[in-house]
Amino acid sequence: MADVAGSIKNDTVGPAQWSRGRVALALVAVAVFLTLLHYAGLLPDWLFRIPESMIPPFAGWLDAIFNFVKDDLGLLKLTRTLTEGLEWLLDVTANLMFGKRRWPHIGPIPWTAVAGVAAVIGYYLGGWRMAALGAGTFIWTALIGQWKIAMETMSVLMVAAPLAFFIGLTLGILAWKYTWVNRTIKPVLSVLQTLPFFTYLLPAVIFFKVGPTAGAVATTIYAIPPMILMTTLGLQKVSPEVVEAGNMSGCTKWQLLRHVYLPSARTEILVGVNQVIMLCLAMVVLTAFIGMPGLGAKLLAMMGSFKLGRSFEIGVTIVLLAVMLDRMSKAWVVKQPEHFERGTPWWRRHAILLTGVAVFVFFCILAQFVDLAAEIGRKQNFSQGKEIDTLIKGFLALEPVQATTGAIRYVLNVWILNPFRDFLLSIPTPAFIMLIVAFALSLGGKKPAIYGAIFFSLVALSGWWDRSVITLYSVISAVSLALLIGVPLGIVAARSEKWSQRVLLACDTAQTFPSFIYLIPAIMLFGITATSVVMSILIFAMVPLIRYTIEGLRTVPPEMTEAADMSGATRMQKLWNVQLPLALPTMAVGFNQAIMFAFFMVIIAAFIGTQDLGQELQRTLAGTDLGKNFVLGICVSLMALTFDLTIMQWASDQKKALGLPD
Amino acid sequence: MNKFTTALTAGVLAFAPMALFAEDSSDPIVIPIHNWSSQIVMSHVVGQIFESMGNNVEFVTTDSQAVYESVRMGDVTLELEVWEGAFGASFRAALEKGGLHDAGDHDAVTREDWWYPMWTKDACPGLPSWEALNDCAAVFATAETGDKGRYLDGPVDWLKHGQERVEALGMDFVVVNAGSAAALWAEIGAAEANKTPVVVFNWTPNFAEAVWPGEFVEFPKWEDGCDKDPAVGPNKDALYDCGNPADGYLKKAAWDGMKDKWPAAYDVLTKISFTNPQIAEMARLVDVEELEPEEAAAEWLEANPTVWQGWAS
Repeated sequence: MADVAGSIKNDTVGPAQWSRGRVALALVAVAVFLTLLHYAGLLPDWLFRIPESMIPPFAGWLDAIFNFVKDDLGLLKLTRTLTEGLEWLLDVTANLMFGKRRWPHIGPIPWTAVAGVAAVIGYYLGGWRMAALGAGTFIWTALIGQWKIAMETMSVLMVAAPLAFFIGLTLGILAWKYTWVNRTIKPVLSVLQTLPFFTYLLPAVIFFKVGPTAGAVATTIYAIPPMILMTTLGLQKVSPEVVEAGNMSGCTKWQLLRHVYLPSARTEILVGVNQVIMLCLAMVVLTAFIGMPGLGAKLLAMMGSFKLGRSFEIGVTIVLLAVMLDRMSKAWVVKQPEHFERGTPWWRRHAILLTGVAVFVFFCILAQFVDLAAEIGRKQNFSQGKEIDTLIKGFLALEPVQATTGAIRYVLNVWILNPFRDFLLSIPTPAFIMLIVAFALSLGGKKPAIYGAIFFSLVALSGWWDRSVITLYSVISAVSLALLIGVPLGIVAARSEKWSQRVLLACDTAQTFPSFIYLIPAIMLFGITATSVVMSILIFAMVPLIRYTIEGLRTVPPEMTEAADMSGATRMQKLWNVQLPLALPTMAVGFNQAIMFAFFMVIIAAFIGTQDLGQELQRTLAGTDLGKNFVLGICVSLMALTFDLTIMQWASDQKKALGLPD
Repeated sequence: MNKFTTALTAGVLAFAPMALFAEDSSDPIVIPIHNWSSQIVMSHVVGQIFESMGNNVEFVTTDSQAVYESVRMGDVTLELEVWEGAFGASFRAALEKGGLHDAGDHDAVTREDWWYPMWTKDACPGLPSWEALNDCAAVFATAETGDKGRYLDGPVDWLKHGQERVEALGMDFVVVNAGSAAALWAEIGAAEANKTPVVVFNWTPNFAEAVWPGEFVEFPKWEDGCDKDPAVGPNKDALYDCGNPADGYLKKAAWDGMKDKWPAAYDVLTKISFTNPQIAEMARLVDVEELEPEEAAAEWLEANPTVWQGWAS
C-alpha cells in the first residue's frame, strides 16, 4: 500500500516539477524580453518603474498609526512605567558592577573578585582550561584598562540576557502548548530576525528612554527569537514515555511542566541560552547609538577619532567575553546534573559554591588593603593603542599591500561591481520581480514563489525600488564571493578534526568581533567604494558558509563514505558524488544564513558610504521620519524573507528526498 | 582627582550665596555624549561644573542626530554642541515639534567645507584657490572616477550640497559621499601613508587639525541667499555656487523643563560659551595626550579657572 502511494506521489511530482521549471523559464523569457525592449527604448516608462504618482504614502499612514498607538492608546505611558522598573534593575547591577551611585551602594565589586569567581565557575564547568579562560578574560580586561567600560556593558547584559531568557522561555512554552500562538509568533519572529537594526532603534528610544534602558530593551528583543524556537523544539521532542511516567506519579499540569517537560528539554533550552548570550554580545556596539554605555560607546568614540589600536583592543575584549561565555554555556549544555549519594555532607555537595564564595570574599577583603586588586588606573594599564596604530598604518602603507589592493579595487569596481549594479538597475521593475519569482519557483516551489511576488511588489510600491536593488546587489555580490572563498575553505578544513576546530574558532572570532572595526581597514585598503562595502559584508557572510559546510560534511553518515571507499572511489569522486550531495541541504542552511547576515551587514556598511536603503535609514535617525524609517526597514525585511523562505523550503525538500533527519 | 573635587567645591562655595535663590532638583541632569572627542570632553567639563554646584549629573551615549528627539521628551536635559551645518536640520525639526529650545551660542564659530591635508599642496601648488583645485582635478582621480577628480563629501544626511556646487561651478569632480566621519578619517589616514593628494569634506573645530595639518579650499565667498537665490554668487543661474559660511553657529540646546527643574544649572548653561581654541584644547587632551575624557575635563577645568568660574557665580 505504502509503495503504491509512494509511486503515485512520485508520478505526480514528476510532471509538476516539469511545469514548475517551464513556468520559471517562461517568466525568465518574458523578463528578458521586457529588458531588451527597454534597451531598445520601446518600453513605456510606467512599465520600467512605478510612477511616483502611483506610490501610496505608506510612510504617512505608518506615522499616523504610530502616533495613534503611542498617544491615544496610551502605549507610551505603559512602556514608560515599565521603563522605571527596568531602570531600577539596571541601577542595581550598575552599582554592583561599576559603582554607579544608586541603591544598594555596595559596588563596585573588585576586578580580582570577579576574575576569581569566573575561574571557579569555569573550573566547575570545564576543568582547568575553562578556569583559565574565565580568569584570563577578566584579567586581560582589567590590565588593558577597560575594566570600567566592560563592566558597564556587563551590567546591562546581566539584565537583558535573563530577560530575554524568561520572555523567550514563556513564549516558547505558550507556542508549544497552543498552536494558534505558534502560528502568530512564527511570522513575527521571521520579520524580527530580518528587520534591520536601525528600524527598532528609534521606537526603542521613544518608548524606553535613551540610555541603558533602551539599550537593554533593544538587546532583549534581538536575542529573544532563538530562545523561543529552541524552547518549542525541545518541548516537542520530549518522549511520551517520560510524560506518561509523570502522569502516573500524579503530577499536576504545573508540576508536569516544571519537573518533567523542562528538565527533559534541558539540552535544547540551554542551546537557546547560548544563542541568547551570543546575540546579546553582538548588540554591544550597535546599541551604543541609543545610549548603551560601555565598550560599544567607547569603540564608537575611538573610531570617531581614528584610533585603530584602541578600537582593536576593545574588539578583542568583546571577542574574549563572547568566547568565554559561549564555551562556558556550551559546557553547561554537555554537563549533566550531578547526583550525590544519600548522606553526603552538605559542604561536599556544595563544594564549588563554597569555594566560589570564599574566593569572592577573599578578594573583596584584599581589595580593601591593596588598591591594585580593586582597580587598575589608567597610568598602570598595558594598553598598546598607539603601537597597534603604527603597526596597522605601517602594514597598510607597504608597497605590495597597496599594489594588491589597488589591483583588486580596480578590477572589482570597474569591471565587475559597478557594471553589475548598472545592469541590475537597468532591468525594468516587473521583469525583476519575474526573475525573483522564477528563482523562488524553481528552487522552492509554488509557495515561496507567491510570497516572493507579493513581497517584491510591495517593495516596488514602497517607492524605494532603486535603493532596494542596490542593497540586493551588494548582498548578491558579497554572498557570491563568499561562496567562492568560504565553501572550498570549509571543504578543506572538514578533512581533519584539528583543522575543523581551528577554522571554527576563527569563525567564532570573526562573528563576534564588532563589525564596525572591519569597516575602517576596509576603507583604508579599498577606499570608499563598492569594493569596501562588499569586502566588509564578505567577512561576515563567509562565517556561516564555512561553519555549515564543515558541519554538513562531517555529519555525512559514515556508512555512506565507507560504501564509497569500498567501491574504490577516489577522494575527489567521494567528495563530489557522495559527501557534497549529502551535505548540500545543511550547506543550504548556511547559505541562507549567509544571505541573512549579508542583509544585516549591508545596512551597517552604510557607514562606509553606500547609495542603498542603509544610507536612507541612517538619514532617518534624526527621529522625525518614523514612518519612512519603518518602510525602509520593511523593504529590507521583505527581500530577506523571500530568500529565507525559498532556500529553507528547498533545504527541507532535499533533506526529505535524501532521507536525512531535519 | 578627589583633592581636585574638594578644591572645586571650595571654589564654588565662595560664590554660593549667589546661587542660593533657587533650589535645583536632586534628580540627575542627563548630559548626552556623542562620538567625537571635543563634545565628550566639553560635556564632562560642564558636568563637573554642575556637580561642583551640588547637582547630580549622569552621562548617556547617544547618536548625535537621534538625540534631539530625546531632549524634546526630557529624557536628556541638554545638548552642548549643535552644529549649524551638521545638526541644524534635526535641531530645527525638533524645535518645530516643541519641547526644547535654543540656549544660546558659543563664541566658537564652525566652518565646514572642502578641505585638504597639507601634503596635497605639493601635487597642486595653486591651492587653496578653488580654480587652482579645479585645474589639477586629474591629480585627485581614482580608479572609479576616470580622469575626473574625486571629492569625498560628508554623509548624505549632513546635506552638504557638494554635488550642486560641482555643477554650479562647472568643476571636473565626481562627488562621493562617505558614510560616516570615521570613513572620512580612514580615507585621510590611508592617503597619509604615501602622501596621496585628497580633497575631502572637513570641519573645524575638530581633532583632525591636530593630527593632519591642512587648509580649507577657498571658494567664492558666501553671500546671504546663495542657497536660495540663483542670482547670488558667480553663476547667475545656479544655487550653491559659493563656499559655506566661514562662521556657522555652535549652539547649546536645552529641554524646556530644565529651567524650572534645575534653575541654577540652567542659568549656568545659558552663560556657558567656549571659543575655538578652548574646544581644540579639549579635543587635544584626549586625542593627542590620550587622557580619558573625565581626566581631560578635570585637567581643563584646573588649567582654566578664570574661564568657567565666572559662569558658575
